[in-house]
Amino acid sequence: MSELLKNTIRFILFILVQVFILSKMPHLHRFITPYLYFLYILWLPFSLSRAGLTFVGFFFGLCLDYFTKTPGLHAAACTLIAYVRPFVIGLLISQEGADKNYIAPSFVSMGWAPYATYVVVLTLLHHTYLVLLEWMNFGSFIYFVGKIIASTAVSLLLILLTELLFFRKQKFRTNTI
Amino acid sequence: MRNVFVFIRRHFNFLFFLVLQIIALSFLFRFNKFHEAAFLNVSTEVTGRINERYNNIEYYFQLKKTNESLVQENLRLRQLLKENYEGPDSARRLIYDTIKVDSGRTILKYKILEAKVVSNSTSGPANYLTIHRGFDQGVRPNMGVTGPQGIVGSVINVSKNFATVQSMLHYQFGVVAKLKNSNETGNINWDGQSPQYVIMKRISKSVKVEKGDTVLTTQISSLFPANLMVGTVAEIIPDNSSSFYTLRVKTATNFSTIEYVYVLDNLQYDEQKKLEDSTRKKIQ
Repeated sequence: MSELLKNTIRFILFILVQVFILSKMPHLHRFITPYLYFLYILWLPFSLSRAGLTFVGFFFGLCLDYFTKTPGLHAAACTLIAYVRPFVIGLLISQEGADKNYIAPSFVSMGWAPYATYVVVLTLLHHTYLVLLEWMNFGSFIYFVGKIIASTAVSLLLILLTELLFFRKQKFRTNTI
Repeated sequence: MRNVFVFIRRHFNFLFFLVLQIIALSFLFRFNKFHEAAFLNVSTEVTGRINERYNNIEYYFQLKKTNESLVQENLRLRQLLKENYEGPDSARRLIYDTIKVDSGRTILKYKILEAKVVSNSTSGPANYLTIHRGFDQGVRPNMGVTGPQGIVGSVINVSKNFATVQSMLHYQFGVVAKLKNSNETGNINWDGQSPQYVIMKRISKSVKVEKGDTVLTTQISSLFPANLMVGTVAEIIPDNSSSFYTLRVKTATNFSTIEYVYVLDNLQYDEQKKLEDSTRKKIQ
């Protein structure tokens, strides 16, 4: 399957899962909103240019926004993490040329610790920006901090489960540089 | 000039990011203020169709509850039939006259349109419902929406066949309501804590309130006719710094299982609004 087709299917699936499963879940607590959809941006291939990545992030967020009736909220947060992503990868990648030898960021291509850091940093960034935008309209400081922490914890748990359930095989490609 | 192009070229990624951020934030702030955004009409139509597909399946799992709530409502309405009201003596007979015609002129105020809920959320701080009835079927923004058990929210956006309803569980929603026993009015808002409770503010401490008291709509609000159910008082919170109570009200509507709603078309809304606006202009 080509990368483009794979990512298009992922695009649709992530939005459907977020809208029809995670958002339909019974209310647990006002601090907890289970978010998983932005994992799509973390899974995008290395080869995408930075402008392309930013645009995909914006478009992906906006598509979700029209379902949740919050135009611009998720788009802003997704644009931010899509823009920051290359910097974080550049800092964390351990082997020389791993971003050329593998297709996308994963446990295999980046190694356990760097990949986990990459996920935690971007998740925290996404949630902080998202809740900050919500907080500007209403809520207290406790709501702001509590929601970031609780939602990040739930998101990380969901990401871990997804990574374990849908293990992405990554082939080592040589002679690509 | 050349330097400008060099600058744009060098920082293209960052500038592109900034432009997208500004677009996204302008969408967001515009929507929060005026409930409008670019492509919102088209997208409501598209997401409405997808939600409808999903709802077709989900609907079967809720059939029992939907049926129960409709039977309950029928029971309540049957109780109001005029045949149920009869004193033992014909001299004291009480008749409810339902023909509201005054010298050939109709004085109907609220026209009721039924609608199916195709999408519904309760988990966020800003919750919306999508209903399968839109502009072509007579829905306009600023119409009240009620369910079989109690009020639900108000219409904020309309596309051709679908409409978006701002639920009572939204931080911007507000409606005037009264306590049934004392006729005391107060504002209903949502504090975002739990989808089962809303807050009623500014009830004077001189009023006698008890747990379980009924909260109803008033005719002051142009969204709803009087005496629709809002909820029941669940908790009375005395505010020590003022002479008002804050009440926690359990909503009559169960927002997680709602399948059918009624849209209330206030036929006299335009006239009332026009008068109020012109009065405001005169005062200024």
